[in-house]
Amino acid sequence: MNQQATTGQAFRATLKRDLIIAYKRKNDLVNPFMFFLIVATLFPIGISPGPDRLGEIAAGVLWISALLASLLAMDNLYRSDYEDGSLEQLLLSPHPLYFLVLAKNISHWLVSGLPVVLVSPLIAYMLNLPDAAYAALFITLLLGTPVLSLLGSIGVALTVGLGSRGLILAVITLPLSVPVLIAGTLTVQETLNGASLGGYLAIMGAMLLAALTLAPLASSAALRISVN
Amino acid sequence: MVAVETESGLAETSRLTMLNGESLFCERDDRVLFENLDFSLREGQVLQIKGSNGSGKTTLLRILCGLNDSYEGKIFWYGDPIEEKVEQYYSSLIYIGHRVGVNKVLTPVENLRWSCSLQQQVADEEIYAALAKVGLRGFEESQCFTLSAGQQQRVSLAKLLLSHAKLWVLDEPFTTLDASGVKQLEGWLRDHADKGGAVMVTTHHSLSVTDLQMLDLG
Repeated sequence: MNQQATTGQAFRATLKRDLIIAYKRKNDLVNPFMFFLIVATLFPIGISPGPDRLGEIAAGVLWISALLASLLAMDNLYRSDYEDGSLEQLLLSPHPLYFLVLAKNISHWLVSGLPVVLVSPLIAYMLNLPDAAYAALFITLLLGTPVLSLLGSIGVALTVGLGSRGLILAVITLPLSVPVLIAGTLTVQETLNGASLGGYLAIMGAMLLAALTLAPLASSAALRISVN
Repeated sequence: MVAVETESGLAETSRLTMLNGESLFCERDDRVLFENLDFSLREGQVLQIKGSNGSGKTTLLRILCGLNDSYEGKIFWYGDPIEEKVEQYYSSLIYIGHRVGVNKVLTPVENLRWSCSLQQQVADEEIYAALAKVGLRGFEESQCFTLSAGQQQRVSLAKLLLSHAKLWVLDEPFTTLDASGVKQLEGWLRDHADKGGAVMVTTHHSLSVTDLQMLDLG
């Protein structure tokens, strides 16, 4: 009577479930976004409101704010599932854990990463980013923030079973994120210096593809260890 | 330390052994939970695991489900080592642990839609029917944090009605249920076993099923 669900169906069901949960817990939806806005607006106040000065640091400010916002949202990724036992059900699925973890990571990025990417041109305008760099900034964030989510997922999966996490998540995740940060800001900088975008974007695209193929495997293995 | 006794020995030889373990050994914090533990579970059988608190009942169930790999010994699914049949095994298994796997923000329907879809396709009408059977008619669209612990347990038990899994692994499923719920669940265990399924359950409750086997962890 009932058919076995395909991996695609399990993937979609997991993605949909996580999006519904995020929609119902409005905090998860709004917090990273607000955090990004606040951090980005503090820089002009703290450093200098001078347009030239701001223009120079704008790309770095936006990238660091995006990185911190993604880190802030990370902890939610598996914690409630771990606490209520849903994670065990996920691990007991006959489908490859890779796809289910990937679904959770995609949902997480849609909720915490995408809004930040979409609002970034506005903040860039506020920070007086030179016109020539807008496209580069937007595209690098679009390629880079999913990498941050995917890498962060490994850290969360490793620490989800620990009682007091504190800074350990940041200690694990931030070193992994540094190459993405460097590539992202460098791309924007070099575009301003007149370099062509192609090569740099290829590097970021390669990072994204590598993270997409490898990070969920690492997260899956880490989840199995944490539940053990 | 380990005593296995069968309460009825009639004509089960025709039934296949679904799950069996050989010389299982598990140690936690330098304390041996069980050693040289052998058990076998045939189709149509209910295996009740007994033992005092901390004797390793939950650990044993988690080992059998592959959620814990700090053990020695071998586990077989229809005669094949379990590692070789993971996909098939997980398609035939339902595990309900202490943490019942019900997200508190979601409604019972949304919870079941997800947890069932990990194994099989389920239509919404079936989910509503199952929820009515477990006594949650009228709560289908309430968020689960508004439900009591017993009701949340019932949400997870509704999965037993929806799934076609052959093997049910239940960890203390009776604890939060009221008297009528206990009776109902017992009936489901009996029906499931009579249809050729198998159940592994930890409970201190005395079960009335046709083919009951005891495993005492001391």
